Amino acid sequence: MSFSDALSIRPGAWRLPALRLPPLRAILAGLFLLALALAAIEPRLFTAANPLAIAPREAFQPPSWVHLFGTDQSGRDIFTRVIYGARQSLLLGVGAVALSMSLAIILGLIGGLGGRFAERAVSWLLDVLFSFPTLVLALLFAAHLGSGIGPLIIATGIGTAPGYARMVLGQVIAARNAGYVEAARALGHPPLRTIARQILPNAMRPLIVTITMGIGQAIVWSSALSFLGLGAKPPAAEWGTMLAMGRDFVQRAWWLTFFPGLFIVLTTLATTVFGRYLQHRLEGRGA
Amino acid sequence: MSAGVLAFPSGDGLGRLGQRVAIRVLVGILVLLASATITFFALKLTPGDPVRAVLGGPTANPSPETIAATIREFGLDRPLIVQYGLYLERLVSGNLGVSFSQRQPVASVLAQQIGPTLQLTASAMLVAWALALVSVIGTTRRNRFLSAFGSGLEAVAASLPQFWLALVLLAVFAFGLKWFPPQSRDGFAGLVLPTLALAIPLAGFLAQVTRESLELALDQPFILSARTRGLSDLAVRLRHALRHAVLPGISLSAWAVGSLIGNAVLVEVIFSRQGLGRILYQAVTRQDIPLTIGVTLVVTIVYIVASTLADLLFVLVDPRIKAATR
Repeated sequence: MSFSDALSIRPGAWRLPALRLPPLRAILAGLFLLALALAAIEPRLFTAANPLAIAPREAFQPPSWVHLFGTDQSGRDIFTRVIYGARQSLLLGVGAVALSMSLAIILGLIGGLGGRFAERAVSWLLDVLFSFPTLVLALLFAAHLGSGIGPLIIATGIGTAPGYARMVLGQVIAARNAGYVEAARALGHPPLRTIARQILPNAMRPLIVTITMGIGQAIVWSSALSFLGLGAKPPAAEWGTMLAMGRDFVQRAWWLTFFPGLFIVLTTLATTVFGRYLQHRLEGRGA
Repeated sequence: MSAGVLAFPSGDGLGRLGQRVAIRVLVGILVLLASATITFFALKLTPGDPVRAVLGGPTANPSPETIAATIREFGLDRPLIVQYGLYLERLVSGNLGVSFSQRQPVASVLAQQIGPTLQLTASAMLVAWALALVSVIGTTRRNRFLSAFGSGLEAVAASLPQFWLALVLLAVFAFGLKWFPPQSRDGFAGLVLPTLALAIPLAGFLAQVTRESLELALDQPFILSARTRGLSDLAVRLRHALRHAVLPGISLSAWAVGSLIGNAVLVEVIFSRQGLGRILYQAVTRQDIPLTIGVTLVVTIVYIVASTLADLLFVLVDPRIKAATR
């Protein structure tokens, strides 16, 4: 920020910024994510039915007012199952991104602050890891970790980590030479405190958007793994597992695969749109 | 303009090119060794019975003598680091081992399966770029409605998971309209749906990147100068702006090829199509370690080749790079 910029803030600095509504698409995306979070916390807000209740006589009902998204091969209501799936899917998305970012931060800090050899070694390791497609890397781990949501988070987190680690490394390298780090060092702050208070926050700020969008992507990857039969097992109401089960009936009942997949698409789209909006906001503020 | 770019390198340039290729190959070999190492440890450190895995997976029923012989051959009773040494030794001598799930040498399985996957990846890449360019050139900086429509469509396309798109295409065009076969065998008709399932999400992604840089390029002074020379809008876009706009997309191409191969796992499984992806899936689920490592090595090679090609293409499209490296 230049001197004149700093001056121009002065008059009226006490006033609240003018209330400007975000664009419609960002509002819609935000509302969808909010609804999803509510469904994850308390699915009964949206549906009264039981996601696991079997009703063989009502199997393969097409979408109607009674069954909004139709029913599956055991007569279970698909809308209910999709709503109940929100918890698992959000947990997977957030968990995988958290794991992946933790790995990325560790690698990024070692590479960025560990001296020239560490920087070379880490960036080379990341280049190699980056040559593994995400799904291939995730598959290598998913196959042997067993089934369930934990292994799914681990596999997805590891699979997406190289990409994030590259970004974190770049940001740490940019931040370590910044004036404020120099200043902290000159003030005699211990290195760990400088890392925690100066380098890490500044390196992570541009990644907020990436993290937001990454949650949607992680949901896609983990549902792809469960679609392949690795991870959550039926009859769990997880979107990828529902797709995998519906796959055998594509010819007969398209709604079994259409609606769970639609929610994956909407979630990814909402995180992307919302992430873009955050990006504009943050860049507009000069961050 | 393009004649200078495409001109055959002169004597000095050729030598430098040879040097760069040699460095590339050397780095490539190192990357392959590292990739094999990562796969080796990923598979070793995750649970599972390695003896059984080598001898035919969970379904095999080997005799005690065979088990003992295998342990000796692969050094499975020795420390991990020794096993790793033995493994690298076999690998460097070109021995990829035998796949038990396919009951033939890994090398010949890979040779059979790489063709269909490369065909699928290449066609998806071409279709993705074609769709992306049509959308970007057609709708960027047009009237408000058209621009919003274009970028909205691209955002939706980029959010489509390949496996879901594949299922929807299958339901609509294979089972509903019966235009294409539900199972992708040889021939053009079988290639269409898998290609679209891979290409549409990638197209959305490439278009988003290209749109952003096309918008930047259209603001440049040389665009105004081209317009004042009386060029039509389309000519300005195609001949002047596009060259700048495609650069970020090209530099992502190697990554895109990798992700196409990764997603080919899903698409090949859904369309019961031959290929590396389906083989990798089978290998991983049946703990076929030799075959898994073989496939990941091939995927790494494809990635290295693709990133080399992308670099060359980048220089072709952007002569400034070449001038800078001279």
